[in-house]
Formats: sequence, structure tokens, C-alpha cells
Amino acid sequence: MMSYELIGISVLWLFLYGYIIIASIDFGAGFFAFYARFTKQDHVTNKLISRYLSPVWEITNVFFVFFYIGIIGFFPETSYYYGSAMLVPGSLAVILLAIRGSFYAFENYGSKNNLVYLFLYGATGVLIPASLSVALTLSEGGFILKQGETASLDYWALFSSPLSWSIVGLAIVSVLFISASFLAFYASRAEDHGALKLMRTYALFWSTPTIVIALTTFIFLGQHNERHFQNMMDLWWLLAFSVAFFMIAMWLLYRGRRYGWAFICIMLQFFSAFFAYGIGHYPYILDPYITIQSSVTSSSMGFALVVAFIGGMCLLVPSLILVFRLFLFDADYVKGKK
Amino acid sequence: MTTLDPVLLSRILTGLTLFVHIIFASIGVGVPLMIALAEWRGLRKNDVHYTLLARRWARGFVITVAVGVVTGTSIGLQLSLLWPMFMRVAGQAIALPLFMETFAFFIEAIFLGIYLYTWDRFKNKYTHMLLLIPVALGSSASAIFITTVNSFMNQPQGFTLIDGIMKDIHPIAAMLNPATPTKVTHVLASSYTLSAGLLAGIAAFSMLRGRGHVYYKKALKLTTVSALVFAVSTIMLGDSSGKFLAKYQPEKLAAAEWHFKTMKEAPLVYGGILDENNEVKYALEIPYALSILAGNRPDTEVKGLEEYPADLRPPLSIHYMFDLKVTTGVIIFLIPVLYVFRRWLPGRKPYPKWLLMGIVFLGPLAMIAIELGWMFAEVGRQPWILRGYMKVSEAATTSTSVGWMLVLFILLYLVLCFSCIRVLSKLFRNKEAEKELESLGLEGGIVH
Repeated sequence: MMSYELIGISVLWLFLYGYIIIASIDFGAGFFAFYARFTKQDHVTNKLISRYLSPVWEITNVFFVFFYIGIIGFFPETSYYYGSAMLVPGSLAVILLAIRGSFYAFENYGSKNNLVYLFLYGATGVLIPASLSVALTLSEGGFILKQGETASLDYWALFSSPLSWSIVGLAIVSVLFISASFLAFYASRAEDHGALKLMRTYALFWSTPTIVIALTTFIFLGQHNERHFQNMMDLWWLLAFSVAFFMIAMWLLYRGRRYGWAFICIMLQFFSAFFAYGIGHYPYILDPYITIQSSVTSSSMGFALVVAFIGGMCLLVPSLILVFRLFLFDADYVKGKK
Repeated sequence: MTTLDPVLLSRILTGLTLFVHIIFASIGVGVPLMIALAEWRGLRKNDVHYTLLARRWARGFVITVAVGVVTGTSIGLQLSLLWPMFMRVAGQAIALPLFMETFAFFIEAIFLGIYLYTWDRFKNKYTHMLLLIPVALGSSASAIFITTVNSFMNQPQGFTLIDGIMKDIHPIAAMLNPATPTKVTHVLASSYTLSAGLLAGIAAFSMLRGRGHVYYKKALKLTTVSALVFAVSTIMLGDSSGKFLAKYQPEKLAAAEWHFKTMKEAPLVYGGILDENNEVKYALEIPYALSILAGNRPDTEVKGLEEYPADLRPPLSIHYMFDLKVTTGVIIFLIPVLYVFRRWLPGRKPYPKWLLMGIVFLGPLAMIAIELGWMFAEVGRQPWILRGYMKVSEAATTSTSVGWMLVLFILLYLVLCFSCIRVLSKLFRNKEAEKELESLGLEGGIVH
């Protein structure tokens, strides 16, 4: 039997991965929607984007809340350190998420074609990944000052660290890359050739910075946290998988066919890199203050959470399948006929 | 800066977030039920008016859901950001309901998305309406789970605290604490009342503006009668909340009633002011009423505030919140009663103007009652954050940036509420129901 902490962290890591993929599509779509309006190409893409996003925008948000509640549930100690240190970046992220979520609804269900709303929607799409990625940077250690019972964020260390900037950069470009490739796939399903052409260009364009910044982040990680870097080097085969999937995706995108497979490859690329990163981080949640074993919740609560999780999944998985069948894989809906 | 500042600022910021969130959350809990009711009637009676009602409500509902979702996310994160010491201790015990709340929320989000985009997509007409069941269940379930967390903070149980660490935790016992039944049911009933009242107000407002279409009359009837039913149950459940307080949190009830000496045959103090010697002036005293409220019998002994040390007493100002809330509650009950008996009233008009005006105020009044009720409940358990275990002053963050965050959040909520009202009014002002009926091809001319 696996221990509760391992079940907990695996489940949460999987959900965080899910959030990264779904949120990236959403955040990037916001940016592209605004950019398209700005360059007067919005007639090409916006219908496509809103058709996919309208039914699912709320679900994206829940993935985030789920991860967040899950981590304080399984590892209550994290809420103390991260809560104390993340007050400012966390609050900013919440404000950006709030602006984004509500203005998406205002724009889409209420007053259409409001440029201010669309700008807020687009701008938050790149700012939220930047502010949320601070939490990942913090986990590497060295950014939290502890004096007695008080934990606080060392802003100078954060802002002067090349690692933190490259993580921010990686978050932003991956968002645009994942989003563009998904929208290219969605456009190809919709047989919307104009949008497909544009999105394919975006996806190809953002692939280069993604792989370059991923590499530099890896190097800076090595300088900042030797242990984590070594652990990841031991998982070289996962990283090799990641690169291989990236190359396949690029080849498919470049050839301009099988966009579904291209997107799946990109998902697998991020999946292997993300899990290599996560496994390499083990056993720390926050280096050096929190390890998975030291912070885990009591066994009775751990058991209750696992039971609740299994029960919840029994409801959730069929519901998600239903959503996907109705809005993602229903060709008529995607084409705008329903 | 002293360590007290972040405590006060954290309290203000948390209070502000909840102040905004509970309105939208209550709408989120109650409106799906009303939409389902309208759509069901529309299908059963084959009446397009009710179906249109459901459609129009649903369209406005998404806008309020958006604000509810984002303010809910705020409060979820602020729990850790502003109260890290509290979460460090209590996180062990409240993780389960928080976790289950997100599942309920997940289900609601998924099916609301499906519901909004599948009008006319299913062969069986009832299928679409059935999609609302998980939405309504999900939103009510998340209200239930999150209210158990609040109940736990009022009436903690299911653990032993050893050196500031919770041991021997029973997750289910913590959830099903003595405060849970009364709190959960009162929250649900008041949310339903608010939602029915708001929708009734919209119908009444349209009629006041001179719309005479039968559509509005049907809307008014459905919503006002629902509001009456919900208001009655809210009042009855409120009464059992009072009995709960008398038994488990007597200091809250005593502070609310300015009841200082423990006694039998205790009178209920309504209104009034308190002078510096804690003497009640200008108040209406109802003999035996407090004892009856506390235990259904005039000879019930009600504990007085003097039994508690001064630093553990809740602030006496909660008396005003309590009285105002109860008064508002009674008015919310009386307005729909007048509506039901309107044909027996002097004038015998079907839709007297003053009554329609009263119905317009049902929603705002219910909002006031809900805000007052929550303020009473929350301020009334001061100085505790975890009653009997942890004080608010020990739980807050020590960060010095809370003030700035408070400013930012005030701006955010102002923008959100202002835009929400603007978008909602724009949504309906440009699209009258009569015209929509016509454009949907549901009806030819205008029937009076």
C-alpha cells in the first residue's frame, strides 16, 4: 500500500499538470484574441476561440482551486510557509484571475466587443502565469527568510535571480505555445482554414523560445539547486522523451497535418518534463523547510481525503467526458452548426 | 509596525471579501433552483412563457456566477494568505469539507457550462432541464460543505489539541459538529429566499415600468410565492439557530440580547441603546420571550454575559445586527403575504403599485438580512477564530503588506460590482421579453 503522502503528491502533481495544460489554452487564447483584434485579424480567430472557451472557462478555474485546496489538505504545513511568503504575489494572482474570469463572462455573455474588457482579458493571460510561477520558484529554496516564527519573502533574492526570471519566461512562452497548437488543432477540426493557418504560424513561432528557455532554466536550476539538478539528470530518459515528443510535434506542425497528434505530442512533451521536474524535487515541497513526509496530514484525514477523492473522481470523470464529447469532439458543434 | 495592525487589516480584508462573496454565492445557490422550477413548469404546462423565463434568468445568472467564482477563489486563497497560523493548526481538521466543496463546485461548473450551450440540442426536452439538477445540487452541496467549515470554527470538535498541534482527528465528527444542522439549513433557506426575492423584484420592476404582458404576471406569481415559502422556512430555521445558541454558544446569544444576568423567565430586549454602565435604555422589553426563544418554555434558564470573563465576551454591538436582521426577516415574510392576500386588501386591486414597490425591495432586503446575519454570526464569536481554542489575534499573518493588498482588493470589488450591475442592466434593457418572444417566433402579438 502506497503511503498517503505519496498518493497525495502524485494526485496533486497530476492535477497541477492538468491545470497547466487547460489554463495554458485559456490564457494563451486570451492573448491571441486580443492580439488578433489589435492586428485586425479578429474575424479569423475569435469565433473559434469563444466557441471552445465559453462552456469550459469555469472548469479551468476549478482545476486551480482543486490543486490549491488539495495541497493544503494533504500538506497543511505548506499553507503556513507559502501563505506567509506568497501574500503579495498570491494576492496579485487572485486579483488578475478575478479580473480575467469576470471580464471574460462580461464580454462573452454581456456586452460584446468591449475593447477594454478584451485588453484586460489578453493582458492577464500573460501576467497570471508569471505571478503563479513564483510559487514554483520559491519551492527551489533560498527565497524565504525565516526569523523566529515569521516567514517572509526575500524580494531582492527573487528579483535578482536569473532562475526566477527564466521560470517566468518559460511559463509565458509555454502558455503561448500550448495554446496556439491546441487552437490549431481545434481550427482543423472546425475546418476553419483561415484560423488554422494563423494558429499554425503562432505555434511554430512560439516553439523556439519554449525549447530555448526550457534549456536555460535547466542550466540556472543547476546553479541554484544542485541536488534538484542532479536528481533530474538521473531521470535523463524522461527528459529525452520530452525532447523527442517535441520534435515529433514540430515535424507534424511543420508538415501541416494531424494536428490532433501534434497536440497530444506536445501534451506528452510537457508531461514528461513536468514529471521529471516533480520527481526530481522529491522529497521536498519547499526546499529546505517542508518535505513531503514532515508535513503530511494525519492518517485519519489522509484516509478521508483519499476516499473523498475516489468518490469525487467517480462523478468528475464521466462529467468531463460528457463535456469533451459535447464541445470538443462533436464535429458539428466545433464547426458552429449547433 | 506592531503585530496588531496585520490582524485588524486581515480581518477587514477577509470581511470585505466575504461581504461581496456571500451575495453572489447565495444567488448561485438559489437561482439554479428557480430556473429549474420555471423550465419544468414550462415543459409540464407547455407554456413558452416559463421557458423564456428560464432562458432569461440563465443568461443573467452566468454573469453573477462569474463574480461568485472569482470572489470565491479569493476567499479560498485568503484563508492561507491572511491566516497562515490558523491553517497550520486547523488545516488538518477542515481539509475534508474544503476538498469536497471543490468537487461539488467542479460538478456545478461542468453542468452549468453544458446547460448554457445545449438549449435545443437534445431530442427529449426534459434532458436539458435535468442538466440543472447537478448544477443545483452542486451549488447547494458546496454551500453545505463550506458552511460545515464555518460551523467547525464556531463549535470545534473531533480532535485533541496538544501543544498547538491537532491530534486524534475525526474528520466526520469535525464536519458534523452541533452547529452544522442549524447553520447549513439556515444558509440554504436564506439563499433560496434571496434568489426568489431578487427575481420577484425584477418582475415587479418591469410591471411598474408599465409592462402588462402576462409573461411578467406569471413570473411575479412564481417567484413571489416561492419567496414566501422560503421566507417561512428561513424564519423557522432561524428560530432553531437561536435555540442552538442558547445551548452551545450562550455568550453569543447573551451579547446579542444584552442579557447580563443568568435567569429564568428572561425577557427579550428589542432595540434600545446601551449607556456606559451597560444599562439598557429606550428598549422594548418582551417578557419571557428570550426564555421561550431559548427553550420554548418561559421558565428556561438563559445564561447571562456576567458568567464570562470580560476578554472572552463578544462585542455588544451585535445586538443591533441581530435585531435588524430579525426585523428585516419579518418584513421579507410580510411582503409576499400581502401579495397572496392582495385581493382582500382595501382597494382590491390585482397589482397595487405600493405592493409592487415592496416586492422590488424583497431582493435588497434579503441581501441586507444575509449580510447582517453573517456579520452577527462572525462578529459574535469574537475574540475566537476557533472558538475555545485559538484567538483571532494569534492566527493572522505578520506580513506588513496587508494594507496595500486591502486597497487593491477594495478597488477590485468596486470594479467587479459596478461592471456586473452595468452588464446585467444592459443585457436586459436592450432586450424586452415581449420582443424576444416575438423574435423567437414563440408568439405573435402582445397580449394584455
